[in-house]
Amino acid sequence: MPNDSSDRIQLLQGTLDMLILRTLALGRAHGHQIAKHIQRTTDDLLQVEHGSLYPALHRLERKGWISARWEPAGKDLKREFKYYRLTAAGKNRLVAEESKWKQLTAAIARVMWPAKEG
Amino acid sequence: MFERRRREQDLERELRSHLELEAEEQGDLYGARRALGNQARIMEDVRATWGWTGLQQLFEDLRYALRIMRGNQAFTCVALLSLSFGIGANTAIFELVNAVRLRSVPVPDPEQLVRIQIRGGNRGMGVSGDEWQLTYPLYLQVRDHQQAFSGVLAWSSGGQNFLTGEGAQAHRVPGMLVSGNFFQALRLSPAAGRLLAPEDDTPGCADAAAVLGYGFWQTELGGQGSAVGQRLTIEGHPFTIIGVAPAGFSGLEVGRNFDIALPICAHAAVLPTWASSPLRTDVYWLSVFGRLKPGWSVAQASQHLLAISPPLLDATLPVGYTAESVERYRRQSLEAVPGGKGISFLRSQYDTALWLLLGVTGLVLLIACSNLANLMLARATALEREYAVRVALGAPRLRLMRQALAESLWLAAAGCALGLAESRLLSDLVARFLSTEANPLHLDLSIDARVLWFSSAVTIAACLLFGLMPALRASRAEPMAAMKSGGRGLTADRGRFSLQRVLVVLQIAVSLILLVGALLFIRSFRNLMLLDPGFRERGILLAEFDMSHVHGGPTERKRLEREVLGEIRSLPQVEAAATTTTVLIGGGMWSLGLEAGNTGGWARFTWVSPGHFGLLETPILAGRDFTSGDTEDSPKVAIVNQTLAHQYFGNGDPIGRTFRSRPEPNYPEAQYQIVGVTRDTRYFDLRQPIDPMVYAPASQNPVAVLESQMYIRSAAAPSAAIANIRRWLAVSHPGVTAEFRVFQTQIEEGLAREHLMAALSGFFGILAGLLATIGLYGVISYIMERRRNEIGIRLALGARPSSVVGLVMREAAALLLTGLAIGAVCSLGLARASSALLFGLSPHDPLTLALASGLLTIAVAVGSYLPARRAARLDPMAALRCE
Repeated sequence: MPNDSSDRIQLLQGTLDMLILRTLALGRAHGHQIAKHIQRTTDDLLQVEHGSLYPALHRLERKGWISARWEPAGKDLKREFKYYRLTAAGKNRLVAEESKWKQLTAAIARVMWPAKEG
Repeated sequence: MFERRRREQDLERELRSHLELEAEEQGDLYGARRALGNQARIMEDVRATWGWTGLQQLFEDLRYALRIMRGNQAFTCVALLSLSFGIGANTAIFELVNAVRLRSVPVPDPEQLVRIQIRGGNRGMGVSGDEWQLTYPLYLQVRDHQQAFSGVLAWSSGGQNFLTGEGAQAHRVPGMLVSGNFFQALRLSPAAGRLLAPEDDTPGCADAAAVLGYGFWQTELGGQGSAVGQRLTIEGHPFTIIGVAPAGFSGLEVGRNFDIALPICAHAAVLPTWASSPLRTDVYWLSVFGRLKPGWSVAQASQHLLAISPPLLDATLPVGYTAESVERYRRQSLEAVPGGKGISFLRSQYDTALWLLLGVTGLVLLIACSNLANLMLARATALEREYAVRVALGAPRLRLMRQALAESLWLAAAGCALGLAESRLLSDLVARFLSTEANPLHLDLSIDARVLWFSSAVTIAACLLFGLMPALRASRAEPMAAMKSGGRGLTADRGRFSLQRVLVVLQIAVSLILLVGALLFIRSFRNLMLLDPGFRERGILLAEFDMSHVHGGPTERKRLEREVLGEIRSLPQVEAAATTTTVLIGGGMWSLGLEAGNTGGWARFTWVSPGHFGLLETPILAGRDFTSGDTEDSPKVAIVNQTLAHQYFGNGDPIGRTFRSRPEPNYPEAQYQIVGVTRDTRYFDLRQPIDPMVYAPASQNPVAVLESQMYIRSAAAPSAAIANIRRWLAVSHPGVTAEFRVFQTQIEEGLAREHLMAALSGFFGILAGLLATIGLYGVISYIMERRRNEIGIRLALGARPSSVVGLVMREAAALLLTGLAIGAVCSLGLARASSALLFGLSPHDPLTLALASGLLTIAVAVGSYLPARRAARLDPMAALRCE
């Protein structure tokens, strides 16, 4: 595979949902865009497995955190994509996930670099 | 369904648009596909998030399995046939076990019922139907002096018949005499009218009330409420129908039914033979049950009965017996045993037989299942490539396994449904087999919850047995290995077939066990059929003339009996006729105490007319037959059998010696002189050893019989002879009624159990052998098919066809010998369970084992020779070219 490299980091379990929600906080996006966005913003460091992206999208939709609709793409009215949007519940969820993530990273940091704290 | 299709399309479109974008970006459709990965797997994962996939997939699996089954009709038919038969046979036997052994009688709180009986049974006291019955006076004592029961009831067990109706319409129906509180103590409510109450059972029986069985009410009286209050003639006496017993209640005797229940006080009207005796202290004819008071256990009740026994027995001492007999009576005691399941003559007779048959059908099902497992394994191997492809495409292994199990599930479910239907036919058939003219069987074989549980459990076990192994194999499919070697089959490794081999060995072993069992029962039945009972039963009719309605007392009856005998002898086609008080084999037993010199004991006593021994072709070995010179007034004479002669007189000549009979009511002590010795014959039961027997002339019988029994040898066919005698009887003695049976038939009906075991175990044994042969044939053919190339090469290199046949046969022989060895060890161990049902041979009979092994060897040889010959005729070119 062309952009397969060993220095890429495997996504932590459960973080994909948060990244999707965060991406959708910027506005509507379809699956391909979401994957590309995550990849681009992390300079290809995080590679979204498509095998897990779509099941994740459908799972989030089922939980009511995102909604989906077929809409024409902005420039080309003939092409339709399945766009996902953040719902109100999704927004709350994102806030909750974010704070949980912050706590987690802070906690890990305290263990890893105790000197910084002291 | 609709929603689902929309979502599928939606998902497909979404992934397609993703692919398009990716392809535009990369300018390469294949690269885009690679980037996306396994699309089928993604869709499967997405579907999993939709929630209801589990059910959906199960549905799909089941539908797919159905399609496979439809596409493979031959296999499905064979599978369903063998499976449904296996399950059906098991269920059928279980229905019988359930009806005879497990089911409670249909009364409220059946667990409160206990049977009250003499501890250890009645050992030869007085006149009895069976060893657990009590006398009427003793019943009254128990009823009036106990504290453990809320009610003590009694009825005449053992199968009474009442002549019901008037004139030509009169016929015999099963009935019983019951204590007045019978229905009350059982807490039954009437289907119509009212049931008997204690007031109906008073001495004299002023009301003459009768309760009908529900079935009789329905069939004979149309189930109409107006039947209550009608008159019914029973044994020539008028009775009033007061009510109908509830539906489903057929008494407390499993296997028997009643059409009419009368109060005990009506005994004089309907039990003419015992007209004077049912109330005596030495006539045991009632089965007694009690309903425990709340808080009492069976053990407590039994203790209580033990404690109150002495005064009860003292109050009911038998009259007219020796002091020794009376003392023996006083030393007895009463006990209580659980009675919630009623009583049944079937239990002592058929218990072992039924459990054994259940084991046999279980083994047949085991063979059928392993056969199916083998077929499905073979197919699973054939499908290995498909499974491998699907694993490679990302199918979860659990899913493959479930799919393989889905087919088994269908088969098992359909097999169970068919089996339940078949079981009704089979259990009815067996019940009819056991039902004899003299002893009609009435069994409730309906399918209840217990039967359903049993057959479901059997079905699930069967399903796991034959479905699990192929399913496990499917789940272990190795994509790389299977795709590489699939279809090549140059030489298949041994390991792959080892499971099939094990199954074949198992089948052979189990078949051997079943065949050994079958042969044991068949040879045992044959032994009984060929047994020389000491007389010849062919061509003999049994006639019973009811003289109870003749006026004039004992002297007149004796004169009438002689007259009837003489006239029958002179009828055309009647070759000989003789009276007897006890018909041999199944006719009953009559014993008296005996003293000869210093030795005492007992013997079977029978009073017969002259010509009895000639008619039965039982030779008189020494001395003489009775003659018309032996009259009431001449000295008492007797003919004894060899066993008695040997027992009391050793090797000395018994002719001219004397013995004395001990007194019993109506049978005063008497001295007999032996005038002849006759050959030993069987007495009541062919299977029992020979008893000491005394024959005395009918003219010297101290009792004038009410029912005269006669052997009649006739040259005509039984039905013609019976019609002939009936015609003569109607003209010359219109007051005498008669019943006829064929002696040979009665004896054969006495062997119904052995006949049943021989027929069923033989049938199942043959079936097992056939199934095992088919199984072996399938496995050998399959192995040969897989080794086509190898055999082709062998043949091409110059192997002779005979050596190919040898190759296959050696393989089969190894399986056969292993199976036989295991089967022989197991059958030797298991055969002991059948020893109680065998006659004239040991359960470890070596000839039987050899015979069974021989039969199985022939079957296996045939089953493996056919595929071997086909393999040897293989065209090497064709075999090598095909791949």
